[in-house]
Amino acid sequence: MISSLGEPNLIAIVGFFVFIALSLGITILAARRTRSAEHFYAAGRKITGFQNGLALAGDYMSAASFLGIAGLVALSGFDGLIYSIGFLVGWPIVMFLIAEPLRNLGRYTFSDVVAFRLRQAPVRVAAAIGSLAVVAFYLIAQMVGAGNLITLLFGLPYELAVVIVGVVMMAYVLFGGMLATTWVQIVKAVLLLLGAFLLAGLALSRFGFNPLTLFEAAADQYGAGVLGPGGLVSDPVDAVSLGLALMLGTAGLPHILMRFYTVPDAPTARTSVSYATAFIGVFYLLTFILGFGAMVIVGQDTIRGVDAGGNMAALLLAEAVGGPGFMGFISAVAFATILAVVAGLTLAGAAALSHDLWVNVFRGGHASDHEQLRVARVSAAVLGVLAILLGIAFEGQNVAYMVGLAFAIAASANFPALVLSIFWRGFTTRAAQLSMLTGTLVSLLLIYLSPAIQVDILGNAEAIFPLRNPGIVSIPLAFLVAVVVALWRPEPEAAAGFAELERRALLGTDEH
Amino acid sequence: MDAPDDLKHLAAARWRIAIGLTSTMIVLYFGFILLVAFNKPVLATPIRPGLSLGILLGALEIVAAWILIWFYVRWANRHYDAKVAKLRGRS
Repeated sequence: MISSLGEPNLIAIVGFFVFIALSLGITILAARRTRSAEHFYAAGRKITGFQNGLALAGDYMSAASFLGIAGLVALSGFDGLIYSIGFLVGWPIVMFLIAEPLRNLGRYTFSDVVAFRLRQAPVRVAAAIGSLAVVAFYLIAQMVGAGNLITLLFGLPYELAVVIVGVVMMAYVLFGGMLATTWVQIVKAVLLLLGAFLLAGLALSRFGFNPLTLFEAAADQYGAGVLGPGGLVSDPVDAVSLGLALMLGTAGLPHILMRFYTVPDAPTARTSVSYATAFIGVFYLLTFILGFGAMVIVGQDTIRGVDAGGNMAALLLAEAVGGPGFMGFISAVAFATILAVVAGLTLAGAAALSHDLWVNVFRGGHASDHEQLRVARVSAAVLGVLAILLGIAFEGQNVAYMVGLAFAIAASANFPALVLSIFWRGFTTRAAQLSMLTGTLVSLLLIYLSPAIQVDILGNAEAIFPLRNPGIVSIPLAFLVAVVVALWRPEPEAAAGFAELERRALLGTDEH
Repeated sequence: MDAPDDLKHLAAARWRIAIGLTSTMIVLYFGFILLVAFNKPVLATPIRPGLSLGILLGALEIVAAWILIWFYVRWANRHYDAKVAKLRGRS
């Protein structure tokens, strides 16, 4: 099959501009209402459960899911589905353990919850370091994906493509804050679900709308092995490590956690998770069809020929079943996906810098609304520039794999301290601080010592740490450090504050 | 006058449900992941043409997540919210 990928695609270009115009329109409307820190970080807490469900789904269904997983399934069959499933099963954990207490206990960031009854400065500094590490890895993955996509579609230079994404995203965040970012996510989530449905429907129409006929065709063409586990997870310990990181990482992602502050109360937070899980589950079930569809209809050789990582499989499938026009539409959707996720990440990073570090550490909790807003905007601008630079520096990295690492850092750095601070009376300031720092630093160190860096990038014969995902070591270690430190040096003041925390976690406050 | 006790009961009830459902999800998911890690041939078993046990169980993981969340939301909407409202009214 001859693909028109790499040649300018009129519908894709028009689609890009329509989305940018639409989203900047949203930003202008939102900017008029963004006058306080509460608007900037939490959209005035007036988002409904259904809207927030879509926005959560929008934040979560990143380019890594859409392009990366479709590619993984197309090239390795069943193994790619491990990512689809792992990304979804984190949501029940968020629902049962995190969402409602988080909404009741905090204002803008998850550190509000960890620091609720502990000493502010040490906890906030450690939480901000963990958040920024997660945001940085996630941003790299999205920026690299965006650069590749635009380069492949328009033949624009990679660096220019990354700069364009960075600048547009900064416009959303700087002027429209959380309100604009939320609505951009909602529009994008609807577009992405619509695009995935159309694409899966067109692909399935060739197989009598029966997924099993499609899977059978894949097995006939590439061997029955594509329907079972294969080489992608050949090391059993690495498979468990990846599974652990994917499941627990969701509950530690700062940009996801921050969304729970945009709704008025805990029951609405609950409603938003059920909508989000419904949308995300449907989407990941569709990736089964998109991946195998691309495998059969486009063919593995063609997919590999365009991009060795398989990241363009969904777009090639769109062209094969719907022509260049439909591919243009799906490309525009993928572009919107990346732009929206990058905006959400930047906002979460800006909240860590301004709300946690500046206001609560340097200013001891006392800063005027005007000052908070100004510092948040400066932080967002700095992070936007950083995102552009990181995107350029990490050109050529595998997108889905980078996101897997971001999940591992989130599960190690943020998740243990967050859960223990809500549920364990004996948790202490030192324990939270050391757990978050251990989780962040150990996961970063193990990533550096892993085969992905040592063998693939530095060209060494073997890696000091054998696993590609650090989760199985760094997550239990962060929990262990927390428990040992808290038992070793109890903190009576923190234990005394637990009754108030428990009351607030269940009942919330009267102020909305 | 029993408010602190009621609060404790409510916290304990929520804790039990949360831990129970979380453990169920963890067991279901890690059962699947451990099969992927240590018993690949079982997951490759064909059930019928085009459907392996692995793909079926994988799709069922997603369905299981939906069911557990549905169960939790039903419990929270029917029992939990009313008790929270009662306690809030008293304090």
